[in-house]
Amino acid sequence: MTSIWRNLRTGILGATAMALVSALPASAETITAVMHSGLRVMDPVITTAHITRDNAFMVFDTLVALDADFVVQPQMANFEVSEDGLTYTFTLRDGLKWHDGGEVTPADCIASIKRWMQRDGGGQMISDRMESLEATGDKSFTLTLKEPFPYTLQAMAKVSSLALFMMPERIANTPASEAITEMVGSGPFKFVAEEFQPGVKVVYEKFEDYVPAPGPQSWFSGAKEVKVDRVEWVTMPDAQTTMNALINGEIDFMETVPVDLLPLLQGMDEVKSEVLSPLGSVTIGRMNFLHPPFDNPKIRQAALMAMSQEDVLTALIGNPEYFKVCGAIFGCGTPFEFTDGSETLTSGGDIEGAKKLLEEAGYDGTPIVLMQPTDVTTLTAQPIVAAQALRNAGFNVDMQPMDWQTLVTRRASQAAPADGGWNIFFTNWIVPEVSGPLANVMLNGRGDQAWFGWPDDPEIETLRTEFASAADLGTQKAIAQKIQAHVMDNVNYIHLGQYYSPSAWSEALTGVTKAPFPVFWGIEKTEG
Amino acid sequence: MPIYFLRRVLAAIPVMLVVAVFVFLLLRLTPGDPAAILAGDMATPEQLDRIRETLGLNDPLLVQFFRWIGALLQGDFGTSLISNKPVIDLVADRMWPTIWIAIITLSLSVIIAVPMGVLAAWKQGSWVDHLVMTFSVLGFSVPVFVIGYLLIKLFAIDLRWLPVQGYKAPSKDLAGFAARAVLPALTLASIYIALIARMTRASLLDVLNEDYVRTARAKGLTEARVLFRHALRNAAVPVMTVIGTGFALLISGVVVTESVYNIPGLGRLTVDSIFARDYPVIQALILLTSGVYVLVNLLIDLSYSLLDPRIRY
Repeated sequence: MTSIWRNLRTGILGATAMALVSALPASAETITAVMHSGLRVMDPVITTAHITRDNAFMVFDTLVALDADFVVQPQMANFEVSEDGLTYTFTLRDGLKWHDGGEVTPADCIASIKRWMQRDGGGQMISDRMESLEATGDKSFTLTLKEPFPYTLQAMAKVSSLALFMMPERIANTPASEAITEMVGSGPFKFVAEEFQPGVKVVYEKFEDYVPAPGPQSWFSGAKEVKVDRVEWVTMPDAQTTMNALINGEIDFMETVPVDLLPLLQGMDEVKSEVLSPLGSVTIGRMNFLHPPFDNPKIRQAALMAMSQEDVLTALIGNPEYFKVCGAIFGCGTPFEFTDGSETLTSGGDIEGAKKLLEEAGYDGTPIVLMQPTDVTTLTAQPIVAAQALRNAGFNVDMQPMDWQTLVTRRASQAAPADGGWNIFFTNWIVPEVSGPLANVMLNGRGDQAWFGWPDDPEIETLRTEFASAADLGTQKAIAQKIQAHVMDNVNYIHLGQYYSPSAWSEALTGVTKAPFPVFWGIEKTEG
Repeated sequence: MPIYFLRRVLAAIPVMLVVAVFVFLLLRLTPGDPAAILAGDMATPEQLDRIRETLGLNDPLLVQFFRWIGALLQGDFGTSLISNKPVIDLVADRMWPTIWIAIITLSLSVIIAVPMGVLAAWKQGSWVDHLVMTFSVLGFSVPVFVIGYLLIKLFAIDLRWLPVQGYKAPSKDLAGFAARAVLPALTLASIYIALIARMTRASLLDVLNEDYVRTARAKGLTEARVLFRHALRNAAVPVMTVIGTGFALLISGVVVTESVYNIPGLGRLTVDSIFARDYPVIQALILLTSGVYVLVNLLIDLSYSLLDPRIRY
């Protein structure tokens, strides 16, 4: 009996010791990160979900890439543009391999570009002007256009919605309406398919055969040098739990720290927090141009006049260190930062002016169906503040709470608001997604073919076409400024300001770099 | 008994069928479109329609229903519309964390709650009884996430004895599994200990007033033998019902606890699938949950005859 008890006691003590050891941080070669959401859809061509794009930047590489100055740099391929602006010749770097060992060929790149062109707005613009896209050697291929399109390289290098990633030809040949099922890229990390649990965990291993591009790393260009063996993305639905896990050393990186939880990290040497995306995000309100009252430009102007960016951002973020009152629809800190026409938005709104405009427009009290998502924390404050501002100006607001899924389904409906349609909703974008006249989908003015809200706006389409043909930055800026003024006047959407999300990471990580979203190359992990 | 068992199993088939029809229709009538979440914010109506077509969501409801039921009868639960993974794999991945936590929670609850209930009944009206009842009221009243955060603060953040969160499969890392299972199991057990202790006390108090207990005492049996051999066995029928339904409830998902402790269980899978309108996954999960309820109820009924020989099927 004594010996049984002794064995039992030894076993319990041993198990306890092992349990305590297993509570210690993961090995030095693995970075455990909690991203803004769980990965469920893997195909970066079928969805614009940010987490899918982030995953794609780990696994795939891009032909060309944007640096921190918004300049397009060679990445997988060097490029040359003919003097007439009609021929783009891409030459692949030596030694590029897929994760399955195959060599990257022009045929792979051509198939990838063609698939992307079927889904992406910028890709479609190139496709509309394309004469041919064909291999011209073992390492080179040529894109020939029917007319000059200076935006071509910018479209191919954009970092979001939808970025252009290179895939092996057999994967890129998947129809653009079907999701790819293999994650084989040529990027700095290999996707470990057997450890992938949708919505729970994604595991990446360093790709030993990756050949970093020459030049210093800047955003998504330059040398993507991986300095750890593995990166694991773990999904945690609860921000407080994520914070506790970071403080306890169980994870190394937390992409989005809610601003109200930041004080918990104050005075802690073992955890650092900083805003990694210098541009941050914007929040906007979008109206439905098809139905009264927002089919009337004067009433849209009244709504804009009633809004105050500061009120919205204070409710949304709270701490003024993490938001910026900014009238520029292309974002503050971008090459096209103009603020024409945004005076009322950035100076607290003008309720009296809005009332007057509303009266002049003959608003008849038609209720405004305002869709309010209740399950997305970054979208719950805007509808409430905006609804009150609209009421103050004299609008009759019918605020309808719903989950985000219901909202995204309903916003696709062109029915009258009383028959299941809508008048206004709010959403957020990261700044690179709205930073240019062609990238910003809310500026599409092609009626039924435009983004939800469907403005029929020939004037903005003319300006966008001029922008697409503009050969130099100076001309582009002049056109962008006109677009800014036009959007404020026509109220294609209401720009409600810019905000920044801090990230936090363990002191064991060094080399964490600034970019519009987290990148894991260049990061080293040492024992903390 | 075997005939009874067979009859109950056969009776479950129409129940499951009704559940299947109900769930299918309910999901299709709820606003939401999986194609919209799949495609993201910038998709055009034309692109959405093409995705709907590929996913078979444009087919008439009857066609979709019979396609699903037909596949189900062949053991195929379908493929997730969002992650493109077989539903059966998704559910299998998430099932074990939930089952393990449920087993540990209920074991812990029974081990602690039954003696507490017996003690409270035996010492009815004493300070022991009051203490047990106070604990029961607290266990019921304090939300699980509050208990969860308090336990994390104490054992993980301050004392650093246990990890804050996570799950490890026991087959891969038994110690890691144990370390991560303790706090969620304790959190959930706080409710079940309260419930089972209260039920044991009430049931035992009824039995302790029966004639055969007085007879047993008159025969000179020890109090422990009277309590555990004669009284508790007869009082166990309602307690078994609570334990059984508790197990079914734990299996069908404990979303808050799974979120607080970051356990990749069925509760989170259910919520994620509902938000994404991932129809095949939600349908499979609800059918599975219904199956568990039917099975657990059957096992509870069968256990009655083992505990009380007067009950015959």
